[in-house]
This record gives sequence, structure tokens and C-alpha cells, in this order.
Amino acid sequence: MKRVILSMSLRGARFATKQSYPSSGRLLLRAAALAMTLFLLAACGPAPSVSAITPPYVDTGIDPESWATVPAGDFLYGQHDHPTTVDYDYQIMVTDVTVEQYADFLNEAQASGDISVGEFEVEAGEVAWHEEGAGGFYAGDPFEGYKHEEEIKAGDKLYMPLSDGLRLTYDGSTFTAMESYINHPMTMVTWWGANAYCEYYGYRLPSEIEWEKAARGTEIVDGHGLPFPWGTEIHGNNANFYSSFDLFEKMFGKLGNTTPVGFYNGQTYDLGEGSYETHDSASPYGLYDMAGNVWQWMGDDYPDQHYRYMRGGSFYSYEVDLRVWKSNSAGPQHYSPALGFRCAQD
Amino acid sequence: MESLKHRWNYLFRSTRGLTLVAIAMVALVTAIWGTLSGPMVEWGVRDITVNLLNMELVQADREGRIIMLYHTIAMTIVAIEVYFMTEILPMKRHEQVSINATITVGYLTALIFGLIFGYFGHNFAYHGLFLVGQSLVFFSGILLAAALWPWKKEYRLEADSPYAHTKKGIDLERVAFFVMVVATLLSATFGAVTGSYWGNGHETFLGEDLIRVPHKTALQKAIIGHLHIMLTLVAVAITLIVGRWMKFQGILHKIAMPLMIVGTIIITTGALSVVWLPWAHTTIYFGSVFVMLAALMYVIFTWDKLIKEGTADIEKPNFFQKMGVLLRDPLKFGPGWQMVFMNFTVSGVGIFMAVKLDEIFRVWPHREERITLTGHWHILAALIATIILFYYMDLSKVQGKLRKWAGWTIIIMSDLAFASATIFSMKRLFVAESEQQSLVNTIMLLMDMGLGIVLVVLAIFLIWRLYDLFKDKGYWNEEFTAERKANAEAEIEEGKRKMEELQATLEEVSK
Repeated sequence: MKRVILSMSLRGARFATKQSYPSSGRLLLRAAALAMTLFLLAACGPAPSVSAITPPYVDTGIDPESWATVPAGDFLYGQHDHPTTVDYDYQIMVTDVTVEQYADFLNEAQASGDISVGEFEVEAGEVAWHEEGAGGFYAGDPFEGYKHEEEIKAGDKLYMPLSDGLRLTYDGSTFTAMESYINHPMTMVTWWGANAYCEYYGYRLPSEIEWEKAARGTEIVDGHGLPFPWGTEIHGNNANFYSSFDLFEKMFGKLGNTTPVGFYNGQTYDLGEGSYETHDSASPYGLYDMAGNVWQWMGDDYPDQHYRYMRGGSFYSYEVDLRVWKSNSAGPQHYSPALGFRCAQD
Repeated sequence: MESLKHRWNYLFRSTRGLTLVAIAMVALVTAIWGTLSGPMVEWGVRDITVNLLNMELVQADREGRIIMLYHTIAMTIVAIEVYFMTEILPMKRHEQVSINATITVGYLTALIFGLIFGYFGHNFAYHGLFLVGQSLVFFSGILLAAALWPWKKEYRLEADSPYAHTKKGIDLERVAFFVMVVATLLSATFGAVTGSYWGNGHETFLGEDLIRVPHKTALQKAIIGHLHIMLTLVAVAITLIVGRWMKFQGILHKIAMPLMIVGTIIITTGALSVVWLPWAHTTIYFGSVFVMLAALMYVIFTWDKLIKEGTADIEKPNFFQKMGVLLRDPLKFGPGWQMVFMNFTVSGVGIFMAVKLDEIFRVWPHREERITLTGHWHILAALIATIILFYYMDLSKVQGKLRKWAGWTIIIMSDLAFASATIFSMKRLFVAESEQQSLVNTIMLLMDMGLGIVLVVLAIFLIWRLYDLFKDKGYWNEEFTAERKANAEAEIEEGKRKMEELQATLEEVSK
């Protein structure tokens, strides 16, 4: 397999322009250059990166250990409302798995020898690299050799890198959730890391159909299933999405950050930065953050591709990606500050 | 009343007036519908527009709405290009009138009822009228193809003509226009046939949302082929039109036109065969080489021409003098420059994506790959729009400092926006996701600022044209008078030729 190590940087790029222009054009160009320089100076001012943000701890009152039951039955699936039946009851977590829950898992799994910490080779298509992190064994996916199909072989896989953007620390023996992030969704987890968490406790990642039913329920409005877990319209106080002007965008800038799980539950928060009122945006089955905050890994492995799908949109998504039928996909090695998961069980 | 009638005749019976109306319609749609996305949503302007106009924005219909919007704007842009063609290409007066009248009714019907259907309630009568409008645009294309038929004797060129032609004098530029029109008709048919399944269970989708679906249906592939080739053909058309404007001729023209003809045929075949041929992309790449080489010939010719004409009074111009005159007229320098710039922001990105698909782009999340795809074709569409503006501003005799200000502002600001969009779409190559905020904030601002300023220039230009319409002896009147004079002269010539033909026929039958 051909391997490419990606290493690109904008540093060192230099732009030099010195040209002779007719006099009337020169004035215009000077003015444009001055305006551009001033603008760039203003625009390129320090903006906090996600990893540099340390928000205050916020108690939402929602228990991340709680589960909701979704009863068997019909619902409308997808943008085009296909009548679909789920013929069994299942349970799904009320919130995304939190940083604290994941830190506990890592410590337990490390103690039981199910994970190890060290350097892992990460393969993504024809690209491979090494990363420090926690990981464990995965049995691999069936491979058909279809066009663009990437083989997911059995072997030790990275669950979570020890890199910038992580909301927990590792002192060589113990993983500890950062205080201000303990009830935020666990992010920077690969699909393998999410799958391993659920399987370790005897759960599983939800399928796309299970997830969507849990998100939109069975209600029909004007001939359509609900586009959002709470109804047909979206406002900034419903969910954490790009430019939703949530509390953390107010504190840290437009791109924002994750919010604690269950944040949008109708409470008004007062954190010294002014109060922030949320709408109760639970799904019909009482699930929180089924739109926005972080994308959520799904459990499906489809034939001929092996992309893993994500649902729900994130704090980094425009509101259109928060519609319940929208999905994202990536290889199972992918991780992101805007990607988390929750588990389901029969 | 007479004064109103006069203006009505200018706006709807002259080619320049029709072009002005169409550009104003695109600007109006952009101004209103532009408030429904991007920073306008963040600033709360969308909610004002939606409430003010009583729009019905059902979440599940968003993709369908966007497709209606794309089609209404595309129909109008096609109409503008057709107006340009009927003005610059020799054809009979009645052909010009029929084509322009049909496409005007067509695009306006499609635009008005398409937008009403998409944004103000799904009354299927509106959808029917949207289809009627598009059918009329299609019919005007058939009329245009017939009018352009390059093998007519009266359109043949002399043996010593500086324009590309065959030994028999067939005008190869006319052939290139004709091939482009026929290819467009075929490609529109492809889209129409597929789209007709809409009412029969065909589910609307945006092509970029399907990119990772491993098994696409024939209908999905047909629509993907259709949307790609239609934009390509709009680009081919504007390249040919500005070539005519800049009097593209000589050896480069003689090389470029056969390349353009062959390239157009190959790309169209490739894009449409994507439905059943797994190697259709190779055909598209192959055809693109021909078309891009033809565009390169245009750029070399026009820049060389600008330099030679500008330095005609200097015995031995140095490099800086040459650059000075090349950049003197942004409206004439602009089309070629935008074509060159396109290679970095459109073609370059497209080729890089194709080459690095499995190594990079399929490694990224789908949403990131999608941004690159949509950025890529939005930039191409916007570049074409700027070239149309350069041409139309020149036709409108925008002169002096205004010409320089408007031209350079459009070039600099649009390129700034397009470069920012390209960096935005490729940002994962440079910066880790957790550290992107600073870069994203900056390039989003640059994009919004660049596009915003281009739209402000367009608005100022159109306000000036509107103000001019209130003047009895405004520029519109000058344009209208010149066009009426040219039309009258052409019709007299046509009449004379017809008389000669009839005389010859009479003499022949009386023998």
C-alpha cells in the first residue's frame, strides 16, 4: 500500500507585489491595499481555538446516566418521510456520553487490560500515520473490494488521541476529566473508541434508523415527520449550532464550543456573563442534544464503503445540518472536537 | 404615455434593454434570496425577509427550493447569453426577434412561477407554469440553433478572413456556437427527462449530498451529469461571446475554434455518458483539455492585443510599460484574468480532488468534502457572472475612472472572495480542526466582504442604469436609437438580398 505522510504548512508563504500601474489605477490599488491591510489586521486578531477555551462548569440538572425507552412501531424516516417500522423496543441514552463517563471507561478498561496507551498506526485509505493515544483491538469489517472501498482490517485501533482539543488528561496511569468539561460530551473519539465504550458496558452504538426514530418520534405535522427533535422550527435557544449565539459563543466567539449535555432544557442560566434562556428542546422521547452540540457516531457498517455515519449536526454546523435526517460520514479513524456519541441497548 | 411606451420598447424590444432587464432580475433575486443564507441568517435578516414576504420555508423542502432557485437563475443567465449571441452573431432580423421574444417570455415565466412555487406554497399550477417557462427557453434554443446553422451560404467567410474557417469558408466560430447550443439542448433534454420523474416518486437531492453513495441510480447519475455539463456549457458560451467582443482572430483563433468544437462535443458526451460508462470521467478530462486550451488561446490573444494596442506609440516598450497598458482597462483585462484565476480556484481544485480523492478527500468527513465540491462550482458560476458584468459594463459605455474603479473592484473583491472560499474548503490541509477558529473567522469575513462589495458595485451600476431610464435623452435612448438604426439597416440589406433572390427566381422561371 502506498503511504503518504501529510505535512503541509502555510508558514513561509510570502507575497510580494511590486508593479507599475497607470496613475489612476495606482490610487485605487493603494486604497484597496490599505483597506485590506487594516481589515486583515482587524480580522486576524487573536481568536481562541477550541482547545484553548476553558468554560465555567454549568450544571444542567440532566443525569447523563439516564436512558429513554423507544417503543416498537412505525415512524417516518428520512427527508422524504418513508414509512418505516422498528419492530422492537430499545433504549437509548438521554444524553451524549460525557467526558467524565469516558474517562471512567478508559480507567476501567486500562485496568482490565482491554485498552492500552501508546503509539498507534492509523490508516485512512492510502494514508497512514502514527499517533499517541489510547486504543484497543477491533475485529475488522467485511471487505468486498468495491470501487473506493477502503479495507478496515482487524488489529489494534486508535480510540482517542492524546492531542490538542482533548478534554481529559493522562498522567501516565490515570485519565481525568477536566473540571470544566466533566459534563460536556466526550469528543475526539474515533468510531472505534465510541464502539469500544458501548461494547465494554454491553451496549451498542445506535443504528441510523434507531437514532432518527429516537430523535423525531412519530408525530406528523403538515404531512411531514418532525424536522427537529422539538418541532418544526429552530431558534438559537433550541440547540448549539454555528452562530446560534449560545452562551459559549457569547463568551468565546462565533465558532463557539460544546455545551454541557442536556443544556437546552428550558432553564435560564446565569453565569455572570448575563443570563441565557434556553428552550426545552428534548426529543419526543426525552432525549437531549439530538440536534447540534456534537455529531454522534452511528453503529451501521454499510456494504461496499465502510464509512461510518454521524447524525445530529454540531456546534460547528449550520442549522440545516441539524435537521434529523441529515448525516455526515467519515472513516472510523476520524475524530473531531465536534463529534461524540451515545449508546443504545435492547 | 408615449414616453413610457418608448421605454417599454427599449426594455422589451431591444437586445440591450432585454439584457438590462435580465441582469436586473438576477440582481433582484440575488438581493432578496441572498438574505436567506450565510451571514444574513446570523444577522437576523432572513427572518425579516421571510416574514415580510410571507415565505413558506418547510424544512423538508429546502433542497427542492434550492433546485428551483438554481434553475430560475440559470434560465436568466442563459437568456442573457442568448441576447448577447443574437446581437453579435449574424442572423436574420426575424430570427433575432423570435428567439429573443421566446426566451424572454420563457425565462420570466420560469423565474416568477418557479420562485413562487418554491418559496410561497406548492400550488402545482405554479410548477406547471415553471415547466412551461423552461420549455419556452428550450424552444428558443431550437430557434437559435436553426438561426446559427453554419452551413448557410450567406454566413460563409472569405478565403482570406482572419477568423477560423474551413476551405469552403464555413465559419468555425459559428460552428463552435452552434455545437454549444446543440449540446445545451441535448443536456437540457437529459435533465428534463430525468426531472419529469419528480411527480412519480423521484426524490429531490443535491448532487453533493450523494457523493459518497456507492451505488447511485441511473436517474441520480443523469442529474449529476446534467448539472455539471450545463454549467460547463454556460462557461463555453461566455468564452465564445467575449472572444467575439475582443475580436479574437488570427492564428490563435484558427487553433482555438477547432479545439473548442471538439472539446465541447467530448465533454458533453462524457458528462452525459456518466449514466452508463464507468470511465466517463476520463472522457470529461480529455475534453476539458481541448476547451481549456481554446480559452488559453483567447487569453494569450487578448492580452497580447491589449499590450500591442496600448504601446503602439512607444518604439520599444519595456516590461513595466507593457504591464501598465495590460492593466489599464480592467473590463477588457478582466475576462482573461478570471479565466486564468479559475485555474487556481476551480480547475486546479477539481484536478487536485480527483488525483487525491482516496488519499485526502475521502479521508475527510463528508461535510468537508461537500464544502469543497460546492465551493468549486459556486466559484465557477460567480466567475462567469463577473465576466458577463465586464462585458455588459463595456457595452454600457462605462468610461474613465468609474470604469477603472468598477472593473478593479470586481476583479480584486471577487478574487479575494473566491480565494478565501478555496482556502476555507481546503483548510484541513493546513490547520488542525481544533485550531481552525482564527482562520475560519478571517476567511469567512473576507468571503462575505469580497462578495458583498461586488454586489454593491452591481447595485450601484444598476441604480445608475435605472436613474438613466428616467432621463429622456439618457444612455438608454442612445443605445435604443443605435440599435434601431442598425436593425433598420440590416433589414434593408436583408430586403435587398431577398429582392435579388426573388428577382433571380422570377428570371429563372420566366426562361
